[in-house]
Parts: sequence; structure tokens; C-alpha cells
Amino acid sequence: MKARVYVMLKNGVLDPQGEAVRHALGSLGFDGVEGVRQGKVIELDLAEGSTEATVTEMCEKLLANTVIESYRVEMG
Amino acid sequence: MKAAVIVFPGSNCDRDLAVAFEQAGADVTMVWHKDTALPDGIDIVGVPGGFSFGDYLRCGAIAANSPICQSLIGHAERGGYALGVCNGFQILTETGLLPGALRRNAGLKYICRTVGLKVTTADTAFTSGYGVGDVVNVPIAHHDGNYFATDEKLAQLRDEDRIAFTYEDNPNGSVADIAGVVSKNRRVLGMMPHPERAADDGHGGTDGVAMFRALMDQFATA
Repeated sequence: MKARVYVMLKNGVLDPQGEAVRHALGSLGFDGVEGVRQGKVIELDLAEGSTEATVTEMCEKLLANTVIESYRVEMG
Repeated sequence: MKAAVIVFPGSNCDRDLAVAFEQAGADVTMVWHKDTALPDGIDIVGVPGGFSFGDYLRCGAIAANSPICQSLIGHAERGGYALGVCNGFQILTETGLLPGALRRNAGLKYICRTVGLKVTTADTAFTSGYGVGDVVNVPIAHHDGNYFATDEKLAQLRDEDRIAFTYEDNPNGSVADIAGVVSKNRRVLGMMPHPERAADDGHGGTDGVAMFRALMDQFATA
């Protein structure tokens, strides 16, 4: 089974990479891009029967730094 | 003073840090990241700069979960001293021994140059050789040195006089110009600038020497 973890900087934490992407889109002529936030997606191949609680624990311990990042887990 | 310097795959300031400790008179042991215990009788653990584990996932995140870091956390919880420089600072925040986190530099560029640092507290074993308000010149070399702490944490750091150094001219977007902070018991210091790279005339500056000497004095009189 698979799990997918989305890690994003928390709202309110400046994302300089997202800002750079926003400026680049503007200079390509894409008007109206009011904000860009860049995060990461981590895909996990897990043994059958693994639980979302375990993946949540992985996020808390390693996959996200909860001081500045939030995460979301999708199972299956 | 007995110092241990941890070596991770990708550390590149480990030997510089060891030399800075040695030149102050310390007895230094290098410790591999897979070791599960620090040598007996260690006074201070140096967590060096570099790119541990290639900065994969997040700077310092994988190193912070390595076997030796469990021992480092135990050492700090027993009241032991630790100095984390650059990637070492990132690792100490990832272990939770120091508050906050280091983000990508606001200008997105890797910055390598000497900067002016203002000493904001002399009430630590690391900074007692300086005066509050002194400006020291120390090199920085980082891509992810943009310090972040919540407003609440920042207020706590100020109230407890735990901001060790601030940048004279903020190079990376750090909140409140913060370049280094200490733990609540004042025995763990993390800083992005490299005092071990300002520790010999050949470096072009020696403003970092006072930190290693002050640590030596601390353990000589203890």
C-alpha cells in the first residue's frame, strides 16, 4: 500500500522560494498570481496493514519540522 | 576541557572546530555519527558545520535522528555543554535542544562572507569573553540560515536573555536579526556564523578565539 505525505511551510512563515516562483510567473506574463507556496510530496511504499497513525508519527518525528511546516497524510 | 566533535557524512568543518578547541587547550576526540555513546567525561560536544547527509529532506533533519544524537540529547539533558555551528545549529534545532528553525535565506542565495555580529549577552560560558554590544567579525557560509521563531518564542528568548548574537546587517532574513541562541540552561549554543573560521591569523581574523578561550576558562575553574 502507498501513503502520500504533503509537507508545506505553515501559513505565516515566509516562503522565499514560492515568492521567487511568483515573480518568475509574473515576468512570464502570467498576471493575477497572488501567491505561490512551494512544498514537497513524499511517497511511501508501506507493508499491508500499515496505519495512518504510524505515518503521522513519521511526520512528527522526521518528515516534517512542525516548528515551521504543516503536513497532510493521504493513505492508499 | 574535554571536547568531542561529531562527524557526520557530509560534515566539512569538523576538523576546523577540533583545531579551534585544541588551540584553546582542549583535549578533543572525534566521534562518528553511528557511535551510540560519547566518550566518558566529555565537557562539551561540538556539532560542526557542513552538509550532513547532503541536506536531504531538511538541513540537519537526518543527522538529528542519528544514533550519536540520542547520546548528545542525554548529555545536554544532564547539563552538559554543546556548541553547534552552521549545520550544527540546524541539527540542534532539529533535535529540539534549541528553539526555532532555520529556513532558506530570504534572498535564496548561498552567502559566504565575513559579517559583523553584535554580542547580545555575555552571560553564557560561550560569550563571557566578550562584552555586550561588542561587534565581532565572523564568517558565515550558508544557504539556510534564516532563523525563525514564533512571536511567542521570540518574546521568551528576549525575556530570558537567550539571544547570543545578532547580525549588524541582516544577510539572510532571520527574525530579529538573530545569528545565535542559547538553551534555557545557557549551556547549549547554536549559531550560523563560524567562530572556528576566525580563530587563527591565517583565517584573516581571530574574533572567534575569545569564545574557545572563555569555554576553556569555564572548565579550568569548574
